[in-house]
Amino acid sequence: MTAVAGAARRLTAFFRARPLARLFAVLGAPLTWLVVVYLGSLALLVASAFFKLDEFTGKSNGQLTFSNISAVVTKSAYRSLMLRSVLIAAAVTVLCLVIALPVAFYISRLASRWTKRGLIVAMLLPLWSGYLVKVYALRAMFEPGSEFGSGGFLKSVVGWSPGFGYVAVIFTLTYLWFPYMLLPVYAGLERLPNSLLDASSDLGAGSARTFWSVIMPMLIPSIAAGSIFTFALSLGDYITVKVVGGTAQMIGNIIERVLLAPNQPLAAAFTLWPVGIMLVYLAAMARLGAFKNL
Amino acid sequence: MTLEGVSKSYGAVTALHSVDLSMKAGEFFSILGPSGSGKTTVLRLIAGFELSDSGRVFIDQKDVTAKAPFERDVNTVFQDYALFPHMTVQQNVEYGLMVKKVGKVERAAGARAMLDVVRLGGFGDRKPGQLSGGQRQRVALARALVNKPKVLLLDEPLGALDLKLREEMQVELKAIQQRVGITFVYVTHDQGEALSMSDRVAVFNEGCIEQVGTPREIYEKPETSFVAQFVGTNNIFTADRAKALFGDALKATGSMVAIRPEQIRLSKTGMANGMSVRVIAVQYLGADTRIHVSVDKQTTVIGIGASEEYKGMLVGEDVWLTLNN
Repeated sequence: MTAVAGAARRLTAFFRARPLARLFAVLGAPLTWLVVVYLGSLALLVASAFFKLDEFTGKSNGQLTFSNISAVVTKSAYRSLMLRSVLIAAAVTVLCLVIALPVAFYISRLASRWTKRGLIVAMLLPLWSGYLVKVYALRAMFEPGSEFGSGGFLKSVVGWSPGFGYVAVIFTLTYLWFPYMLLPVYAGLERLPNSLLDASSDLGAGSARTFWSVIMPMLIPSIAAGSIFTFALSLGDYITVKVVGGTAQMIGNIIERVLLAPNQPLAAAFTLWPVGIMLVYLAAMARLGAFKNL
Repeated sequence: MTLEGVSKSYGAVTALHSVDLSMKAGEFFSILGPSGSGKTTVLRLIAGFELSDSGRVFIDQKDVTAKAPFERDVNTVFQDYALFPHMTVQQNVEYGLMVKKVGKVERAAGARAMLDVVRLGGFGDRKPGQLSGGQRQRVALARALVNKPKVLLLDEPLGALDLKLREEMQVELKAIQQRVGITFVYVTHDQGEALSMSDRVAVFNEGCIEQVGTPREIYEKPETSFVAQFVGTNNIFTADRAKALFGDALKATGSMVAIRPEQIRLSKTGMANGMSVRVIAVQYLGADTRIHVSVDKQTTVIGIGASEEYKGMLVGEDVWLTLNN
């Protein structure tokens, strides 16, 4: 007993005198995980983009080449595919924002206490169900019907459905990632003191002016934080496109197909597109203050 | 500025019971009361942040009862200042003018002139976060005054400042008010603040007005025991009880008698027509000392006097009490 206690005391004394050892004891394991597993695999991915593929074996023969990179950068079909993916991710982000703003405003400023709680739970509830469940639920919604079967919810109840395609993809991704936009925007509004809105009104501003001059500038960091989720998750998605996209294609689909071809080096080269775009996007959002409230 | 029979309740809680109040143009008018007395509600009703359940509000003879805040010729200085943190000091002060579509050059000049009035001339480019509490307070004042409102509402504006700064700001606020000649409606729970700055004071309690008058009237001739108690830490007795305790030394009319602490004189040496009392607490306040004495088992009286004169009075001692009339 005393021996154990004595050892513990000696250990405490050891760490007390050595701040570096202390830091390593606390952060060593998680940092190793981050560096080896996360950054390490990313580095491997980048490296593998430079390997040459043996046409017959489907495996790398160890030779280095720039041809993969130059293919994904120079071919106009790939470029327009990338642009389309970015536009879809941007459309999803804008839609999420346009819906989240009034909803978050209502929850944070107007709803009574119990309505508020109910609405927050309702908004978060979809996060607790599986991704595929939601995507297939929406497939049932958009099913355009054919001579062999009746249509989905929209077709049979509303009488019209956009069918499978880009509209369905954008709508489904918006539905999937909406809570990730709502939460930061709601938190941002909660942080906004009521007296600022009173002050704006007191100084003669109507609701529109208060919204653009006071609420929006103060919400920008929250919106930027939310948009990182909606944009990144949309940009990398390929399952939604497969389920409700019909013939639609996003960058994720190409990567998957090339990977299964199998052509790992070319697939890796493709991924450099979204990785690069996300780095630029994160830098831009950081400038808007997305990480200020972490 | 007139309120006519204004009532307001929040759910089951009545914040204001049919309040009538009228202020003169250019007056420094204070609304004094403890927290929960309805004083801030009065301010919010005048500003238009809340709408009254009944009664009417007039500003400059115009009925504004149902008007929104941005339609009223009134500006507010908020308790937490409510400066826009993403704008510079200059942009904050210009905000009201910008909303009213005053030209760029003109509003910049107006804002700069008002910042000079509150002695923040060189601070226009700073953000509110880079200013001290007293400076933010003055920016809030400039932001409101630059719009030249008919009435300026101030909601406990000095509450967050330390004592020294608060006293400086009291003098400064009064000076600014006299310079701009705008009606100030000043909400506070600090009786010293209300007495020292105001032309007139309204004392509020539980959503009703207890008394309206000049600071002197409020302090020297309190009409209700609440006012006497709240404004002066007074010793209050029924007329009969006062007679029994102090005899004819007290010239009093009415059913209640209030004796202000400075009317009480205590002495260690016996005095004709003095009364023997026991010291139960001594509070040293600097220049003055406040002494609590027990007259008999049920009655404690509070007196205040120069520390110099009262030094050497100890708890448990018997001393002599006389009244100054």
